[in-house]
Amino acid sequence: MGFFDRLKEGLQKTRKGITEKIDQVLVSFGKIDEELFEELEEILITSDVGIETTSKIIEDLKKKVKEKKVIDPKMVKELLKEELVSIMQDEDTDLNLNTSPSVIIVIGVNGVGKTTSIGKIANLYKQRGKRVILAAGDTFRAAAIDQLEIWANRVGVDLIKQSEGSDPAAVVYDAVQSAKARKADILICDTAGRLHTKKNLMDELNKVSRVLDRELPNSSRETLLVLDATTGQNAISQAKTFSECANITGIVLTKLDGTAKGGIVIAIKNELNIPVKLIGVGEKIDDLQRFSSQEFVEALFE
Amino acid sequence: MSLFEGLSGKLQETINKFKGKGRVTEKDVKDMMREIKLALLEADVNFKVVKDFINKVSERAVGQDVLESLTPGQQVIKIVNDELIELMGRVQSKVTFSSKPPTVFMMVGLQGSGKTTTSGKLASLLRKQGKSPLLVACDIYRPAAIKQLQVVGSQLNVPVFSIGDKINPVDIAKAAVEHAKLQQHDLVIIDTAGRLHINEELMDELENIKKAVNPHEILLVVDSMTGQDAVNVAESFNNKLGVDGIVLTKLDGDTRGGAALSVKAVTGKPIKFAGMGEKLSDIEPFFPDRMASRILGMGDVLSLIEKAQEAFDEKKALELEKKMRTQQFTLEDFLEQMQQVKKMGPLQQVLSMLPGMNSKALENVDIDEKKMLHVEAIIKSMTRQERNDPSVINGSRRKRIAAGSGTTIQEVNKLLKDFEEMKKMFKAMSDMGKHNKKGMGKFRLPF
Repeated sequence: MGFFDRLKEGLQKTRKGITEKIDQVLVSFGKIDEELFEELEEILITSDVGIETTSKIIEDLKKKVKEKKVIDPKMVKELLKEELVSIMQDEDTDLNLNTSPSVIIVIGVNGVGKTTSIGKIANLYKQRGKRVILAAGDTFRAAAIDQLEIWANRVGVDLIKQSEGSDPAAVVYDAVQSAKARKADILICDTAGRLHTKKNLMDELNKVSRVLDRELPNSSRETLLVLDATTGQNAISQAKTFSECANITGIVLTKLDGTAKGGIVIAIKNELNIPVKLIGVGEKIDDLQRFSSQEFVEALFE
Repeated sequence: MSLFEGLSGKLQETINKFKGKGRVTEKDVKDMMREIKLALLEADVNFKVVKDFINKVSERAVGQDVLESLTPGQQVIKIVNDELIELMGRVQSKVTFSSKPPTVFMMVGLQGSGKTTTSGKLASLLRKQGKSPLLVACDIYRPAAIKQLQVVGSQLNVPVFSIGDKINPVDIAKAAVEHAKLQQHDLVIIDTAGRLHINEELMDELENIKKAVNPHEILLVVDSMTGQDAVNVAESFNNKLGVDGIVLTKLDGDTRGGAALSVKAVTGKPIKFAGMGEKLSDIEPFFPDRMASRILGMGDVLSLIEKAQEAFDEKKALELEKKMRTQQFTLEDFLEQMQQVKKMGPLQQVLSMLPGMNSKALENVDIDEKKMLHVEAIIKSMTRQERNDPSVINGSRRKRIAAGSGTTIQEVNKLLKDFEEMKKMFKAMSDMGKHNKKGMGKFRLPF
């Protein structure tokens, strides 16, 4: 199965959700009027795109419709698609892992799927012949280390861990030394899930960052924020607050295989310009895909 | 600007437009309702739920003379708030127990919603109420899920029933209930695996567990940050299993939690508990009225009042008030008052409960708790005489106080100056109070 098909399979729910409704709307309206735009607005909102972004999109759409003197309601859909593509476009959706070792640090609130995503990312790069090491930086949640260890064994990569309750920065320090000694290509650091409103926990992330700055100053680093696709508008607040203590380079959007539409990534890209780099579309080890904005929007509107 | 301010401001704007007109037209109401609609949507209340809700509120708003009141915007919000509470259920709902023990609770929900942690929290809470709980590890799928429940159990000293991950969860549940009967546990809490509501195979498994052990309550665990999809999740679980109650988790974050409303609206089932933090004691009964305020962004005023009451000694408050009036308010009193405020919790948290305050509003208000500590240190470095009569504090005393508290003379000066101003304010306030009740003026505390 090609990449595009896999993406489509994973996104089937999203696509069905949004495009079916849009088609319904377009069929039921013979002419372009305020009500048509209101219905389109509703569709975006029910996909968790959020009000601010939805309003911007609809405003731009109205302008375009006027400028181009569109009279066919179906053309409005094409224009909306263009608009979404222009928001989601980003030149740089690749993970930047040019040095050996490179570092990926994975952050996010509780329960979004950080550990599972790490397992999948490790698998992705292991498949490509990279030497991967995992750091069990979630020393807080009960059995988080065991969970990552099972993933490490499943994928067949090394895991650096300490006991539950130990200092995550110390674990990461150990892991860096091991990565150097074992000539690893990629070090992936897990962190404890934390609500972005807890200042002391956010400070802890800073400390981990500082260890990496000091020990691997010249290494490429990806800081990936994991977001749950079922999350509503709070995802924006999460992205904002995590940005303040970490230089987020990309988003991993998980659980897109449910009925959640994941429209929040459009809002986040629009408001914060953080690109989505990877998406989780299932529970299997290879259910992780590189995000392509172009194809994401194409798949939505197919 | 908080949502509340934003909403009431916008409503007021809309109302101003038609003020001189004598009566509210349908369009005016429509404009107002649009603002409310947007506010609720921003809080993640499901679109359909919002629509129904708006229809209801419109009827009430049209029927009432909102223009008569001084602040029609606020009045509309009151109607909205009332309706929200109505929708969410007026009374607090509790879990019930079977007359034939053991009572079986079954925890269900999506991945990552917080089932395992909540199971532990519930066990701990209900043990305090005299129950003897048994936790049951039925999540055989997620790596280390059983271990997680075991760790939680050992932290709480609550036994965990597990027979590994090679056995069908239905059989695990059955065996656990038998085990509970033998071991005299009167409460069995079954932690099931997280699953997508569209995964038929796993949803069937839940149905089979239900048939096998006939749980007294099936509790759906819902992440309070869930967006529009909350209705689909709740509907699916409820249709398949018949949910008895909902536990809302991660409410200690800054989400407005509109999902609570969606879930209640589509299932009709009450929200029974709220998860409020990382610690295993961080679980509270759910208060519908407080949640209504939170969704609207009105702050958790009730919680704040309660906290204040807990921390505040009424007799002392009366004394303090008298002192303020009679200008006998000293630095000693001030210190005491500060410590009482501190008892209410971190200032940031206390402030966030006030209407009009949310994380956005507080972003720029840097409440420096360190500064409060400094003030405390400065006062504590004074002699009793100095605290009761700051006028004796001369240059060399200032130097000594600064050195003793590890601060600078400038800081000491500033505190003394602010304190004097505060005293004047108190006096002005009580003088004003004699003539009329209005006009608090600006009230600045020296930290």
